[in-house]
Amino acid sequence: MVATQVGAIAMRSIARTVRQPASFIPPLVFPTVLLAVNSGGLASVTGLEGFPTDSFLAFALAVPFIQGALFSTMNAGTDLARDIQTGFLSRLSLTPLRGSALLAGTLGGVVVLGQVQTAFYVLVGLAAGVDFHAGLLGIAVLFAFASIVSLGFGALGSFMALRTGSGEAIQGLFPLLFVFLFISSMNMPRDLIEIDWFRAAATANPVSYLLECVRSLIITGWDGEALALGFGVAGALAVVAVGLAAVALKERLART
Amino acid sequence: MTSGPAIEAEGLVRVFGKSLRAVDGIDLAVAHGEIYGFLGPNGAGKSTTVLVLTTLLPPTAGRARVAGHDVVHEGPAVRAAIGAALQEAALDPLLSGREHLRLQTALHGLPRARRKQRTDELLERVGLTEAADRRVGGYSGGMKRRLDLALALVHEPSILFLDEPTTGLDIQSRSALWQEVARLAREDGVTVFLTTQYLEEADVLADRVGIIDHGRIVAEGTPAALKAEIGRPTVEAEPADPADRERIAGALDVFGERVSRSPRSVSVRLRDGASGLADVVRALDAASLPVENLTLHAPSLDDVFLAKTGRSLEGAAEEDETEA
Repeated sequence: MVATQVGAIAMRSIARTVRQPASFIPPLVFPTVLLAVNSGGLASVTGLEGFPTDSFLAFALAVPFIQGALFSTMNAGTDLARDIQTGFLSRLSLTPLRGSALLAGTLGGVVVLGQVQTAFYVLVGLAAGVDFHAGLLGIAVLFAFASIVSLGFGALGSFMALRTGSGEAIQGLFPLLFVFLFISSMNMPRDLIEIDWFRAAATANPVSYLLECVRSLIITGWDGEALALGFGVAGALAVVAVGLAAVALKERLART
Repeated sequence: MTSGPAIEAEGLVRVFGKSLRAVDGIDLAVAHGEIYGFLGPNGAGKSTTVLVLTTLLPPTAGRARVAGHDVVHEGPAVRAAIGAALQEAALDPLLSGREHLRLQTALHGLPRARRKQRTDELLERVGLTEAADRRVGGYSGGMKRRLDLALALVHEPSILFLDEPTTGLDIQSRSALWQEVARLAREDGVTVFLTTQYLEEADVLADRVGIIDHGRIVAEGTPAALKAEIGRPTVEAEPADPADRERIAGALDVFGERVSRSPRSVSVRLRDGASGLADVVRALDAASLPVENLTLHAPSLDDVFLAKTGRSLEGAAEEDETEA
């Protein structure tokens, strides 16, 4: 029965996203446009000594993967907040739906959409001539990594929605997450950042390790340290965010 | 079916914050197969009572049993026995009516083969077969309410809670929903707990009515018995010239006690019943007090509300909105 409930909730989550072009087109288009602009404008950066690749496109391709995951935070959060505001969550509360099934279903939908985004960016990269140094297995690992990242950010959005019950609060969180993205190794390897405070901030910023994990699969091949740090950060985010969301859901579903 | 009442509450209290007693010591018992109308103005405590009885809100004090199960300690058993359409049809505008029912049947654990069958049955029952595959965002208010009702019936509950099911609907949609609710109770033996702020709805539909004001039940009984308790009709005179209002009030005071119905008119509950109307007309004529309208009101549930609370139901709703 739990599997049926998870499936039903996940299907709804996917159907909702697919039927709102405004929720799935921006996560595909905006990062792609940003990728194109940055690749053109910052191509000369590859001439710096120590830059790890001669293709800035290959270097920057990691960014849309993480940007897409940030969008999933907003989608998962605003959908859940809307369910709270409209009373749909109360309707679900009156069924034998388990809280864990609701969370798993909602996040399952987010992960599926994360996979679609990943497939899109992989295709964009391949179409632009990017060589994935880790090969097909590396692309498979990329999909697995994207699942964990989507799960983590989706759970973070769900947690915010359950705590605040407000779509506006989720939208308020979005710029904050983008600040984390920009103060990271998004456009430059950390060891080439010359401004001390920025390098320190990028080093302390967990988003840097998410980017570097993806980037390593594209431009390096198999980098155990980057993969361990990336999967470690993504896993920790997922565990903490899912835990917080589960507690918040229990409080929100105050049924007896 | 349990041997006791389908729904019973004793001393039910729900306090919000430090002092807002939304439900303030409610006792009630609803028999199996009965339609119980819970009538009161906005903010009277109707919806809070429903939330407590449907296990979505724990009571602060008192106890309640629904389908023989305690609402605090046996929440899952209560939910398995009840269906509920809460205030404002909570639907997903991006899903179709059929998809809502499929989701609901899956969450209730109906076997896969039964889900489609039950979905089709309910769509037909509420007259939404043709609109089943359209997104709910394009449904009218009446269609949304009918779908809401169908969703509440997915698991064939023995008790149905309807929280202001017809608020905002046109007369035709309201009437269609009344028929369906009546059919559920009469033909399927479903117990219906219906909250409403519409006097007519309670009067037409309910076997018994509980009138709630400021979290307390102030009157309870069959609509006929409650009206009989008030007994006497009211005459309402609207002055042709508003300046005559006090003189008209003075002329009518001798025929019974004054009641507050409208600020523009004067209303008096006739001590001698309807037969006193002729004397009222003669008195107004003798005093040369022209009236725009003279209306004889048979006792209504509003009169019952008025008699019990000193306010009309309509006025109470306006007051509460102002207070809020």
